[in-house]
Amino acid sequence: MKDAIEIKNLNVSYGKHTALRDISLSVEEGEYLGIMGPNGSGKSTLLKAILGLVPAKSGEIRIFGNTLHDNKKILGYVPQFSDLDRSFPISVGEVVLTSMQKGGLHPFFRFSKQQREEAEKSLEAVGLSGYSDRSISQLSGGELQRLLIARALAAGPSVLLLDEPTASVDPKSRELIYGLLGKLNKKITIIMVTHDMTAISSEVKKLACLNETLVYHGEPRLTEKVVSELYGCPVDLIAHGLPHRVLKEHDGGEHCC
Amino acid sequence: MLNALINYQFIRLALAAGILTSIVCGIIGVIIAEKKLVMLSGGIAHTAYGGVGLGYLCGFEPLLGALGFAICAACGIGAVNRRKGASSDVITAMLWSFGMALGIVFIALMPGYPPDLNSYLFGNILSVTKLDLYLEAGICIIVLAIVLIFYNDWKSYLFDSEFAGIIGLWTTLLEYSLLIMTALAAVILIRVVGIVLILALLTAPAAAASLVTKKLGKRMLLSVLLGIMYCTGGLCISYYFNIPSGATIIIISVLCYFAVYALRKTAKK
Repeated sequence: MKDAIEIKNLNVSYGKHTALRDISLSVEEGEYLGIMGPNGSGKSTLLKAILGLVPAKSGEIRIFGNTLHDNKKILGYVPQFSDLDRSFPISVGEVVLTSMQKGGLHPFFRFSKQQREEAEKSLEAVGLSGYSDRSISQLSGGELQRLLIARALAAGPSVLLLDEPTASVDPKSRELIYGLLGKLNKKITIIMVTHDMTAISSEVKKLACLNETLVYHGEPRLTEKVVSELYGCPVDLIAHGLPHRVLKEHDGGEHCC
Repeated sequence: MLNALINYQFIRLALAAGILTSIVCGIIGVIIAEKKLVMLSGGIAHTAYGGVGLGYLCGFEPLLGALGFAICAACGIGAVNRRKGASSDVITAMLWSFGMALGIVFIALMPGYPPDLNSYLFGNILSVTKLDLYLEAGICIIVLAIVLIFYNDWKSYLFDSEFAGIIGLWTTLLEYSLLIMTALAAVILIRVVGIVLILALLTAPAAAASLVTKKLGKRMLLSVLLGIMYCTGGLCISYYFNIPSGATIIIISVLCYFAVYALRKTAKK
């Protein structure tokens, strides 16, 4: 199978602080990759590097064989809903439509009827049909998160990148979101950063554990037992390498890989 | 008042300046409130004082000096903002005072008796000249055109600039043009309410409008209308009671905001 995303020896740093060290990872087309790791382990940075939001210090990221510059139409990004201002005056339909303006600037832009219909379809796909005219301040956290997935889908991406889509949503929404992602995965490659173990056991096909560098990358047989072993094993692995720092981090780390 | 409007040119100019200013502030005010750039625009406005001083020192129109300084400050702050890590609050605060300090030094360096700068600090809408009005009309047209023509791009950018950048919108250009428009709005406001009182007229109409409507476009329109109401109302009152116009406009706009707030609270109960 073709590689959707291929990362070779990627290094990313913020000033003197190294965020990602020597990451090599390939994601096949149609894969559903879960990325786990303690807070501050560089999970979100990895997503941002793939999206071209943070520059790589060295190394290479290829998306369907091309460099980052040609990726605008291929990658769909779903941020955490808590990153956004929920009081912003915009309706659900308008949020979805924002992803249909691509590249540059659009003087005197009006959305076509076809685009509006497509937007409605993406809302339907995430179970929000009929919400189009509501203001986003009327949505629950889970609904807003699904709206952000609909926005990413409206652009017609081949790869969907999600940053903790189930953080701070209620259990029902969480199930809805996982169900939705499972369905979407039939057509779209998915890369999801998550802290949530249930996700790993249910849908995810491959797992990457990250702590500055790639600690584990493999194909777990997705039984409860394997996952719980996975949850422990990378921590041990890291502890051998860098004992003091990691143990200190783990003191308060309720979420770790 | 109507009599005065017919008979005195300075009243007509003042009224026109009030309306033009309200259009610019209404639109920019809504945008900076959403982008949380209020303090930054305060910094840009105060830096303009340095330009006023330089204008007096070198003998050119002080308002043009203000324009130059404000735009430089806007671009400087924009460049700092793009480099994450440096704190833009701190830079804003330093530029704020630095601009004021430069203005004071420039004025002190002027030979002869120092000019009265009160009208720049606290505004005097009755002293608006035709030249000022042309400048204001030009700024008004520029801002209206940029915002209306690219309205959908602005909406995407304001809602989620990161996502807008990912799908390839020219967010850097939008960011800088927003900062420069803020500088333009600040300069246009200097004549009407003065450097010190600018923040209230930038925020009060937009804040009142945000209490009433949840649509971005309507919010801008309402904020423009409120601004026009405050400016004309303030102008009338200051004319009759012979009190400073800029301060009167600010007092009216802030009181109106609290009135709308109280009305909304009681209506909800």
